[in-house]
Amino acid sequence: MEEIRGRIHSEESAGTVDGPGLRYVVFTQGCPLRCQYCHNPDTWGLNGGKLITPQDLIDRIVKYKDFMKFSNGGVTVSGGEPLIQPKFVTELFKGLKAEGIHTAVDTAGHIDFSKDIEEVLKYTDLVLLDIKHLDPIRCKELTGFDNLRTLRFLDKLEDMRIKTWIRYVIVPTFNDTVEYAEKLADYVKKYKTVELVELLPYHEMGKFKWENLGLKYRLQGIEPPSKETVKAIAKIFNAKGIKTLGGGI
Amino acid sequence: MTDKTNEAWNGFAGEKWKKEVNVRDFIIHNYTPYEGDDSFLADATSRTTKIWNEVLGLMKKEIANGGVLDSDTKVISGIASHGAGYINKNEEIIVGLQTDAPLKRALMPYGGYKMVKDSCEAYGIALDPFVTEVFTKYRKTHNDGVFDAYTPEIRACRKSGIVTGLPDAYGRGRIIGDYRRVALYGIDRLIAEKEMEKAISDKAAMIEDTIREREELSEQIKALKEMKAMAAAYGVDISKPAVTAKEAVQWTYFGYLAAIKDQNGAAMSLGRVSTFLDIYFERDIKAGTLTESQAQEIMDDFIVKLRMVRFLRTPDYNSLFSGDPVWVTESIGGMAIDGRTLVTKNSFRVLHTLNNLGPAPEPNLTVLWSEHLPKGFKDFCAKVSIDTSSIQYENDDMMREFFGDDYGIACCVSPMKIGKQMQFFGARANLAKTMLYAINGGKDEKSGAQVGPMFEPITSEYLNYDEVVAKFDEMMEWLAQTYVNALNIIHFMHDKYSYEKSLMALHDKDIIRTLGCGIAGLSVVADSLSAIKFAKVKVIRNEEGLAVDYAIEGDYPKYGNNDERVDDIAVAVVKKFMDKIRKFPTYRHAVPTQSVLTITSNVVYGKKTGSTPDGRKAGVPFAPGANPLHGRDTHGALASLMSVSKLPFQHAQDGISNTFSIIPNSLGKDKTTQVSNLTAMLDGYVANAGQHLNVNVFNRETLLDAMDHPENYPQLTVRVSGYAVNFIKLTREQQEDVVSRTFHERIA
Repeated sequence: MEEIRGRIHSEESAGTVDGPGLRYVVFTQGCPLRCQYCHNPDTWGLNGGKLITPQDLIDRIVKYKDFMKFSNGGVTVSGGEPLIQPKFVTELFKGLKAEGIHTAVDTAGHIDFSKDIEEVLKYTDLVLLDIKHLDPIRCKELTGFDNLRTLRFLDKLEDMRIKTWIRYVIVPTFNDTVEYAEKLADYVKKYKTVELVELLPYHEMGKFKWENLGLKYRLQGIEPPSKETVKAIAKIFNAKGIKTLGGGI
Repeated sequence: MTDKTNEAWNGFAGEKWKKEVNVRDFIIHNYTPYEGDDSFLADATSRTTKIWNEVLGLMKKEIANGGVLDSDTKVISGIASHGAGYINKNEEIIVGLQTDAPLKRALMPYGGYKMVKDSCEAYGIALDPFVTEVFTKYRKTHNDGVFDAYTPEIRACRKSGIVTGLPDAYGRGRIIGDYRRVALYGIDRLIAEKEMEKAISDKAAMIEDTIREREELSEQIKALKEMKAMAAAYGVDISKPAVTAKEAVQWTYFGYLAAIKDQNGAAMSLGRVSTFLDIYFERDIKAGTLTESQAQEIMDDFIVKLRMVRFLRTPDYNSLFSGDPVWVTESIGGMAIDGRTLVTKNSFRVLHTLNNLGPAPEPNLTVLWSEHLPKGFKDFCAKVSIDTSSIQYENDDMMREFFGDDYGIACCVSPMKIGKQMQFFGARANLAKTMLYAINGGKDEKSGAQVGPMFEPITSEYLNYDEVVAKFDEMMEWLAQTYVNALNIIHFMHDKYSYEKSLMALHDKDIIRTLGCGIAGLSVVADSLSAIKFAKVKVIRNEEGLAVDYAIEGDYPKYGNNDERVDDIAVAVVKKFMDKIRKFPTYRHAVPTQSVLTITSNVVYGKKTGSTPDGRKAGVPFAPGANPLHGRDTHGALASLMSVSKLPFQHAQDGISNTFSIIPNSLGKDKTTQVSNLTAMLDGYVANAGQHLNVNVFNRETLLDAMDHPENYPQLTVRVSGYAVNFIKLTREQQEDVVSRTFHERIA
């Protein structure tokens, strides 16, 4: 059998913003989406990065087990889009679960659900699911694709009872209105498996990467949302009984 | 027992500590562990705020006056040399100043007259000619003695900077008196004990060791008598034990005050007094004679005094150590050997002074961290760290095995059993420069002078790993011997001309002495050897054939990324140099130890060291302590911590310093998450045998703004190598060094 290798963009030993506790974060290479606010456009290409076996990665990760234990942290695979490499993620998570390490995958859910994806989820403790926009047309404007796969993926997570955090990147002029926040809150409320909604105010920190890659940054001129906007959005979710996290508020 | 002693010890359990001087036994039998949170704490009273503002005003004047507010010109400082001094007599709860006025510096020439003379000249202080006459004509100092005995080789090493910071011109410090003994026993009992200790040898043969011991004990007894006189000037009688909590704090402080009037030591640490004092606070609070607010007020006032400790030192000394440090280190928390936590409410109170009075570099608040500390205390420490960046952490789980549960930290990272152990402070040797000497056959890479032994230099175009390692080994052996020789001379003379009678009076008769050696430039050495091993390093020589620069072809693993290939080199170097030190005989049979600590001299060391094979250019600062070099730890905060935690404490028992700066957002998105992630980082670091961690939590922008607008940041405190400094008191160069250090941040 051919040895499974993953295509990795980079690793971070002390992540604190992608799931609970201190986390070892693996950024995979390659993504089908082209989100206009992407802060990691350098992970888009399907052929870049370095190839690595799950075992090599596990050997590196277990060195940080104490930190994960004390913080109730673990490992998050982010990207890029990790679920375009399901076999690799499955092998990685299988090994991590054997070590008693908490696993999370950070995804936009823009994948065709398959047996391989189901395998990944068997070893996944938490999914961080980024819903870009509920309106398929607006979603396409922003990412290049509509949101049907993402929403279907959420249904599957519900079926399989996989604990999920919804990530909501608040982008002014795009999805920062009260109406939209209410719509999203009503939508996710139906899902028992959704534990909370994480508010991520849009920031421009990825801009320099676009410039480095010779790409035109299309959100030029859009300012990060104000604290008040984020607070108001959090209130909307909380009023509907949905826990929120983050947002710097 | 006298009535006063009966009253003082009323309700205290245990017998052993009553029969012999044994503060630990008293603590273990009487303290109340506290497992709760910080909700009981009281705010600063208006009196506290008022007096602190007065002191802040004086400190502002001190800065405006060029760094020294005022100084004695005539009185030679001693335990009872001055009458009483006050900030504001009617408002003070805990009394006692080093001289007769606040922030006025004292003359302490026994360590070295030159330091006093140079300081006075630098600050425009007119020294009384009589002082000059006495200390140049009639009274020899420690400094004079050392230079009488130094060898030409030692002098050359000092000059080239391969060893730096030796305590040969000032007080060595790094000794902690057990100041608690004054409160628990009162001076009369301590004198009686010392008289008995002296009587043991009344009929012994008078050989050198015995004669010295008898002289030292007599000096100690004199010091104890002077402590009584010093306290009496403030209208306080400390001949009997303290009765109330306020008295216990006052008696303990008088013990410490005697030390800092007697000695201008490099580091004058306080020890481990908080939990001891808690016993008295608890008794008074239970009896209804003291409220929480009053207890906090006493601690706040005590800390105000500790923030005012000053020594007269030269501007050169201050620029080496960044500001005006005195290392009033107080060790807090930890676990008892019986499994209970040593955290008490007073552990919280002493940290809470950072909230009540604002951040400050002194006293050097040091939390002895254990995985088993109560959660409430861990969370409080993390919270205060995030707010003030004024706390350092040291691994109690590891040190307890070596030092028991009543040790304290002297200076930055040096653990010692309180009242039972002292250190012969030895500053540090520059290992990066030693490696360059190995390459250049003992010649200094900057001056070209033959400082080290004339070994065969390396002549190949590219450096060969095995050859460099072998030559480095020989050069380390030479350096270790020269270095230990220098320290033996220094400490012989210090005992002879500047004996710390007041500090030693608060020790047992028979103590452990360690020879605290140290190394600087560890990460530069590890990275250089890694570059030679895993990349190709080409030597660039000047016209005289001296290797002055290096060109690296290819990449190599760098220390600070949790990569065994290079971390193992760092570990091996630490052990190797320690083993070299262990080979040579030491003065008074001191047990050799070493630290991986630079304080802030990493800047000066870098300045004095030429280009190194890791690609670091001549003059560029080293990393502080055991830190990876700035910007080379690229795999995140935990990878960096893991690399440092591998350094073996058994071969660096004087401490391994790591300074860690992180931006608040990278600890988590909200305060609760930040607190829990920081405590988890500390738990993980300690579980992996890391010894020391300075924690700074702030944005680089804050520091940049403080550089341009110092007036807006009077209390901005930054943890550096094993202690904290007031950021605005750093030189521009040191500020830039701090700003350039790796800030762990992740831009996802």
